[in-house]
Amino acid sequence: MLSDEKILELQTTANNIRMSIIEALLEAKSGHSAGPLGMADMFTYLYFHALRHDPQRPDWVERDRFVLSNGHICPVYYSTLAHAGYFPIAELKTLRKFGSRLQGHPHREWLPYVETSSGPLGAGLSQAVGMAISDKMDFGDTATRRIYAFLSDGELEEGNTWEGVMLAAKYKLHNLTVAVDYNNIQIEGYVENVMPLAPLAEKWRSFNWHVIEIDGNDFNAIDSAFEEAKTVFEKPTVILARTIPGKGVDFMEGDYHWHGVPPNAEQGKKALAELRTLGGKIKSEHQ
Amino acid sequence: MLNPLQKLNPKIWNDDVEQVPIRQGFGEGLLQAGIDNEKVVGLCADLTESTKMNLFADRFPKRFVQVGVAEQNLVTTASGMAAMGKIPFVSSYAMFSPGRNWEQIRTTITYNNVPVIIVGSHAGVSVGPDGGTHQAIEDIALMRVLPRMNVIAPCDSIEAKKATMALAKLGQPAYIRLAREKTPVITTEDTPFEIGKAQVFFSPDGLAHVGVIACGSLVHNAMRAAKKLEKEGIRVKVMNLATIKPLDVPAIVALAKETKAIVTVEEHQVAGGMGSAVAECLAKQFPVPIEFLGVQDEYGQSGTPLELVEHYGMGVKDIIAAIKKVMDRKN
Repeated sequence: MLSDEKILELQTTANNIRMSIIEALLEAKSGHSAGPLGMADMFTYLYFHALRHDPQRPDWVERDRFVLSNGHICPVYYSTLAHAGYFPIAELKTLRKFGSRLQGHPHREWLPYVETSSGPLGAGLSQAVGMAISDKMDFGDTATRRIYAFLSDGELEEGNTWEGVMLAAKYKLHNLTVAVDYNNIQIEGYVENVMPLAPLAEKWRSFNWHVIEIDGNDFNAIDSAFEEAKTVFEKPTVILARTIPGKGVDFMEGDYHWHGVPPNAEQGKKALAELRTLGGKIKSEHQ
Repeated sequence: MLNPLQKLNPKIWNDDVEQVPIRQGFGEGLLQAGIDNEKVVGLCADLTESTKMNLFADRFPKRFVQVGVAEQNLVTTASGMAAMGKIPFVSSYAMFSPGRNWEQIRTTITYNNVPVIIVGSHAGVSVGPDGGTHQAIEDIALMRVLPRMNVIAPCDSIEAKKATMALAKLGQPAYIRLAREKTPVITTEDTPFEIGKAQVFFSPDGLAHVGVIACGSLVHNAMRAAKKLEKEGIRVKVMNLATIKPLDVPAIVALAKETKAIVTVEEHQVAGGMGSAVAECLAKQFPVPIEFLGVQDEYGQSGTPLELVEHYGMGVKDIIAAIKKVMDRKN
């Protein structure tokens, strides 16, 4: 259970990360808005609570590993890394620009704080599976490093994902925790229209995974799911995190048109004002 | 005559020359690499025995991952293991890996820059009766276009063993191309091997008229062609270009400068393959006439390996004809 103070702290951090996402996208003038905002709470929980990592020692061997499979939501990844202390927050304004470490999709050589390069969909889970198998090979059932992977729902349409799903189950990868951003949008529409996934939980269950369904914008729910995953020994765990795409910015929430576009200057201003005031809940000193 | 510096198999011209599949050398090399370094792991997509990875898998079952018939998963899982410090070898038929999983190789291995070694067996038309679906004749092109990828096509089982062991120590992405059929053993344990070094296997007395650059099992046909032409007074130098990338530019340029006429021989489409790599190099460094032997923009079919190699114009008589043709072109 997270304390009320911890939840407030995480909410504040997530809100700051959302503002950084908008600011970076405004500078970049291209990129994805909805997914990054929707996943800000999951990233915040991971990097500010669950993940064993040290921004001062990014190559620390004993660190947990995190694989972002749907690389296009990297504005939230980069913003989280910056707020966690991996690099200056000001650098976020170089997103997608020539010579920037913050490539349009993450590249582990440009930015060594990301574990893998990603963008083309459906390949992240298998890489995380490879990491988890590697640790099981070396340490057997006593493997303690956790391997986390975040996937999108849209990329579950890729066959490669299900190849990885089967392999993870075969090896009973208890050290692997996967979260699917189940926000029901992809670039051309709502996932259930483009390619229905339901019943998604049953699909994963039938592939011998432990399945937890949560509200991915609720820190208590996120916390209990990640904690539950640690208790499951006989199979890998997937958390189906229902998130609201565009979360925190009223005019973006739930609209698939915001999947792959940034706000313009006016929309950005409006979005930042809304985030600054937590949707009108607090008065901003800037107003 | 055989280049004495290469310490080649003296029985090479005999009818009873030893015949061993190139893939067998890979299997033995991987086993030895596994004994030498515990970081070496093997992954296979349900073709462990036919790619000869079984030698490793039987000895090191805990370091072997059977991914099932899933070539995309094969290479992406290996990428994750390499990120954790392993040295993964992944094997399948070349038609499926790198044939089916090219983008995963690009993004998660070469763009990601992790040392995974892709082992493509049953390459070329000499796969034989399985037919065109199973004859990878595009794989060299697919792999050599990728930045950071090393590409190796050994000429026999002994060279395949040495190449495999060398790749385990390379620390870079690599592709090694293997053939299914038994083919003559050209080299010996004493033949030198180094990634990136071309070797002249056959040299005439005096300056050569034509240089033949070959890779894989067709190196033997090229040597037989050169030997036959000796009697006609045509002097041919035969180079074994086992490493197609990185290309041994000085050796290729030296051969072109000596002969002013080149023939390339590969069991692959002529577009984009080893011959193309040689042409790209020589067009820039020292342009000379080149004849390209290989599959000429068509697909394979069922047949015996010998029938197919000859049908698609890579037999000894075809090499002889190409040598004469390129001599005419330079005169």
